Amino acid sequence: MRTNPRDQGTPARSESTTVMLEIDGIPISVPAGTSVMRAAAIAGTPIPKLCATDSLEAFGSCRLCLIEIAGRRGTPASCTTPVETGMQVRTRTQRLQRLRRAVMELYISDHPLDCLTCAANGDCELQDMAGAVGLREVRYASSGASHLDLSTDASNPYFSFDPSKCIVCSRCVRACEEQQGTFALTIQGRGFASTVAASANERFIDSECVSCGACVQACPTATLMEKSVISMGQPAREVKTTCAYCGVGCGFVAEIQGDQVVRMRPDRDGKANHGHSCVKGRFAWGYATHRDRVLEPMIRDSISEPWRKVSWDAAIAHAASEFRRIITEHGRGAVGGITSSRCTNEETFLMQKLVRAAFGNNNTDTCARVCHSPTGYGLKTAFGTSAGTQDFDSVAAADVIMVVGANPTDAHPVFASRLRRRLREGARLIVLDPRRIDLVRSPHIEAAHHLRLRPGTNVALMNALAHVVATEELIDVDFVRERCDQTEFQRWLAFVGHADNAPETTAAITGVPASAVRAAARLYASGGRAAIYYGLGVTEHSQGTTMVMAMANLAMATGNLGRPGVGINPLRGQNNVQGACDMGSFPHELSGYRHVSDSTARAAFAEAWGVELEPEPGLRIPNMLDAALEGSFRGIYIQGEDIAQSDPNTQHVTAALAAMECVVVQDLFLNETASYAHVFLPGASFLEKDGTFTNAERRISRVRRAIPPLAGMADWEVTVALSNALGHSMHYAHPSEIMDEIARLTPSYRGVSYAALEEHGSLQWPCDEAAPSGTPVMHADGFVRGKGRFMITRYVPTEERTGPRFPLLLTTGRILSQYNVGAQSRRTDNVVWHEEDVLEIHPHDAENRGIRDGAMVSLASRSGETALRAHITDRVQPGVVYTTFHHPETGANVVTTEHSDWATNCPEYKVTAVEVRPTNRWSRWQVESESRRRQRDQIIEPST
Amino acid sequence: MPVVRAPSLPRMASPSTHLEFDAERVREIARRWSDRDGGLLPALLEINDRFGHVDARAVPILAEALNRSRAEVHGVLSFYHDLRTEPPARHTVALCQGEACQAVGATRLLAEIRQAGLDDHDVQVAPVYCLGNCALGPCALVDGELVARLDRTQLIGCLS
Repeated sequence: MRTNPRDQGTPARSESTTVMLEIDGIPISVPAGTSVMRAAAIAGTPIPKLCATDSLEAFGSCRLCLIEIAGRRGTPASCTTPVETGMQVRTRTQRLQRLRRAVMELYISDHPLDCLTCAANGDCELQDMAGAVGLREVRYASSGASHLDLSTDASNPYFSFDPSKCIVCSRCVRACEEQQGTFALTIQGRGFASTVAASANERFIDSECVSCGACVQACPTATLMEKSVISMGQPAREVKTTCAYCGVGCGFVAEIQGDQVVRMRPDRDGKANHGHSCVKGRFAWGYATHRDRVLEPMIRDSISEPWRKVSWDAAIAHAASEFRRIITEHGRGAVGGITSSRCTNEETFLMQKLVRAAFGNNNTDTCARVCHSPTGYGLKTAFGTSAGTQDFDSVAAADVIMVVGANPTDAHPVFASRLRRRLREGARLIVLDPRRIDLVRSPHIEAAHHLRLRPGTNVALMNALAHVVATEELIDVDFVRERCDQTEFQRWLAFVGHADNAPETTAAITGVPASAVRAAARLYASGGRAAIYYGLGVTEHSQGTTMVMAMANLAMATGNLGRPGVGINPLRGQNNVQGACDMGSFPHELSGYRHVSDSTARAAFAEAWGVELEPEPGLRIPNMLDAALEGSFRGIYIQGEDIAQSDPNTQHVTAALAAMECVVVQDLFLNETASYAHVFLPGASFLEKDGTFTNAERRISRVRRAIPPLAGMADWEVTVALSNALGHSMHYAHPSEIMDEIARLTPSYRGVSYAALEEHGSLQWPCDEAAPSGTPVMHADGFVRGKGRFMITRYVPTEERTGPRFPLLLTTGRILSQYNVGAQSRRTDNVVWHEEDVLEIHPHDAENRGIRDGAMVSLASRSGETALRAHITDRVQPGVVYTTFHHPETGANVVTTEHSDWATNCPEYKVTAVEVRPTNRWSRWQVESESRRRQRDQIIEPST
Repeated sequence: MPVVRAPSLPRMASPSTHLEFDAERVREIARRWSDRDGGLLPALLEINDRFGHVDARAVPILAEALNRSRAEVHGVLSFYHDLRTEPPARHTVALCQGEACQAVGATRLLAEIRQAGLDDHDVQVAPVYCLGNCALGPCALVDGELVARLDRTQLIGCLS
């Protein structure tokens, strides 16, 4: 059989007892509970099958995998028959061959015989099985009843559904249920009339389908088929790589024809995703070849001039001479750089190296500043490492799952699928979120507790949970005694035990009833293995770092650390947030989170790079912007980040950019920041370069070049060229050499190399001599810092307050089909699901303001004003409005403020006092930014 | 004519007693079944009984109340012939075509009813396979009532 030789038909079983049996005379030993089908595949005598695939539980419907068992009557299905000791199985008798042929004959009698023109030709299990069973004729008249006239549903932008080719094996239905957990598909009708239907027989695009594509991958025929394959044909080669969207970091196989990607297939060996994906990773890669890609370097003397296309050499020479001029005129501290969490570890490492070695200062920062910087600070303080404690697999062992300020079904969909699977198995869920996210209640899952707090009161709520744990004798005394600093613990105990933190007191602050807090705390502390997963709803607050520490306190107090099923896990927003932080992107830290004042660490870098490093931390992004407005900061190199859209208080950001003399933007597209740039250096998409990403579970995975860089250079090559032009020499023949340098200089990456990644597939840091295969779960035998540290986490209300002028609270987030500032996902067909940002508002608030569903509204804060459409929903609570920041035309961040986390300056995106009122026009900022975009897009073609 | 009510099957109210679609009422029925395992089928049956059929508008309401997907509700709804998605004819006849009834003329009776033009919008005739009343065939469920030892005249009489 040719069909995926590695598909063993039914999932692996992990029972420790093994069973010996004989299949076609071959002795084989497999774990108890394994199906005969899987055992046969392992024995090398695979059994024909159609409805079975090893990503799904056995179903037993296609009747092709029949077997004979010595001493038993009949021909049972091998997929649903578990192995037994001493079983003697035959898979190829004359009787079985005859039965299989007859079954195949029936299937083919109701199947179009258009194999040569079918999109699945060459990749069709039905075709393969017809061959495997030796089908030679179909005796049933074509005049009989059939499904051949059913019409195709092409409503989904990425795949089509052609029921005339369907064999009703239910693989799509089961993939949607078991793998994705959406339950959007069903078999409607019965008997011969059975067909696959989306929702209540709706078009796919109108149905509950979230377009993850699991059904398309599971389909053994061309019934569910990628439109890209229909239009381009089957791929000719494959390259393993890693998704460049969210921090889950799914492993993918890029299937390619020549220099064109035909399909992205989630990698069954991918340890973060185990063969699953979401709509973004699997389908939304069209941006890589979108016509908006800028493929030639460009420069201009002022931002009011049109761009001039120039050669790479000219662009780099121009940028270097400008930076040199600024340094000469205004000093070394007048320039800096921003690394990107979307770029590879290697590129990020080079960026901060360029700033530290070629610019000669520590003015390097990264977009993690505006998302997870409090995670790094908080977890390092508590445990000693700036990272989540678990691998994703750990969720399958959790009994209680607490999701705090995260919306995994939209922002981390593949992890959400694994989380929901665990919930369906019986784990219980606690959600802390102002908004009723899908996890609170959706088919087959329901949160035990939804603590629907007011935005900005996280710390008060977490302290109240801890208060219950501390005062109701729910503390894991042994764990705390053995693993944590006792003095700090006693101080903390006295603090949280105080009546100020009692849920009855905090209810007035958080809006969460005391009884719900008490019940949730009891469940978390005594419900078995309890895991916390959190997102930017934790970090993007004035007390972001405090909240991270408060969660660390709760986990330590209840002993929920250091083993599978527990832990504290940040869900990282972008693909390489963890890696960008690991690589020393922050102004105060060298790679591996060593402070720049650490002379030993600095000496190692000084020796490797041949330069002296500044011992004082450099400027953070907000400091750079403030300094620009003051006139002391004049030049910046920004790689793969769009601060003019993503950072808070847009007008402040753009004023600072406009005040600079040299802004170098390296990106795939002319983004919002490029409106203020003097040099534009074309970036390369993840498909065009080699490197590594480090995902939210500290997993370092390879990114491999699938197609050549469209602009001729990979991003790392550009940084090398710029550094050389600035006079600091860099020489690398391949990104693997950059990783070798990272490994030499970074203790947690010491054991990482491209060869090791090749061998292991991926590695979770710390990876060193002590853990050459990486570390899935951290702090197993003790905390990295020694004793776990309880911190006092007093609730301090944000200065951002509602009042008569701005009576509502705005909080922001993302939705499934779009990603971050949308630079990538807006340039794909994902816009059919979300073509504009909308403002969610509660019916009560809408009615008070005379706002109708779908009407245009003005959204104004102390910072600025924008206009967008309103969507009336009780998903948000009264007094709270919500929007996404995916579209530059909306510019949600023109409204957000400069309030930020006390420790890390992570912006307080999640709390802005606003007013909403009906309007019939765009805001002045929107009109102006539209004209800026027109100006930005003016390019003079070089005369030839 | 011996008439026996079938206790295990929901009673089919006649069309005159069927309610107009009422979302609140559907929600109330669905909620009543929502805390039971497998509550979807009895909820569908009750709605079918009360309204004469399960209106498409009931599907999302049931899905929401029972925390299931619309697809799951639709899958069950479309599987059972007894669950209708359109208002029923004035009379429904489920005529048994099981072996015992066939042996006493049920096949012929079905053909006769169809020939007589009874199977129109006023009367909906569908075969079923065994009503468990084999000693007294041919049997049918006429508007939900089990009727035995049936012939054409009796059936017409039954319907008028």
